[in-house]
Amino acid sequence: MSMSPEEVFEKIQEVLVDALGVDDDEVTPNATLTGDLGAESIDFLDIVFRLEKAFDIKISQGELFPDNVLQDPQYVQDGKVTEKGIAELKERLPHADFSDFEQDPDVNKVGEIFTVDAICKFVQSKLQA
Amino acid sequence: MRWMWIDRIAELDKGRRCVAVKNVSLAEEHLHDHFPAAQERRALPVHPATLIIEGFAQTAGILVGHARDFKEKVILAKIGKATFSRDVTAGQTLFFTAELERIDDTGASTHGTIEVIDQTDVVSNTAAPRQPVGEITMMFSHIDRNMQGLDFPDRNFVFTDQFFDLLHNSGIEI
Repeated sequence: MSMSPEEVFEKIQEVLVDALGVDDDEVTPNATLTGDLGAESIDFLDIVFRLEKAFDIKISQGELFPDNVLQDPQYVQDGKVTEKGIAELKERLPHADFSDFEQDPDVNKVGEIFTVDAICKFVQSKLQA
Repeated sequence: MRWMWIDRIAELDKGRRCVAVKNVSLAEEHLHDHFPAAQERRALPVHPATLIIEGFAQTAGILVGHARDFKEKVILAKIGKATFSRDVTAGQTLFFTAELERIDDTGASTHGTIEVIDQTDVVSNTAAPRQPVGEITMMFSHIDRNMQGLDFPDRNFVFTDQFFDLLHNSGIEI
């Protein structure tokens, strides 16, 4: 499927508006899923399901949001992502920016790594694959 | 004792669809509080939309649980959409039709419809097609695989004997 970055963005905007109940003008490229758009952990699963449907792609479990890292006790302790966990996340998500997250690795804030732009890049790479 | 907001399972197609029915009755106390007579009007017994949502959650929850042989603890995690176009009252039968959209290790996405038949139409033998009441989309989490790494008891406190009795009494053996 050939889609321009603008078309991909518009579709992702629609997905996030439906999944998170936000207004479309809130879904800017730099908006973070948890911080700016109020996503909670279950919303990540919802977003993955909706992206698959919207773009007719298959997203393996943990591919976009590496949940199996966050379920592993060696990577998450007392609600914080451990150093080992951050290293693992960095390896899995080479394009994400971890600088803010490393200051306060609260597991509930892990979604702040994910911006709308990061999702657009991910989907584009899937469409090109 | 869990409140059951469905009476019978009419159809259970593994991993695809579950249909449940519920008869709404004036013997149910909540109908007398929702809404009682007020100064200028008589009592208006309406089955609350919140309990319709719970009935759908139980229907869809069985569908999601059955898909993984009731090994997971299936918890309602998110109501994506719930729209209603009609009040439901005593003497009517609700139909919950839940369909599984997607399931993986962490959870599942479902959607479906709520419909109603008025039993007085059945008695008078007038055509009684199911009338649409609403539409719902709902997500469930397999909570032992939650993202926060929280621990829950080993026993499956979601799918208790009450659910298996309901299935058995609906003629469904699993």
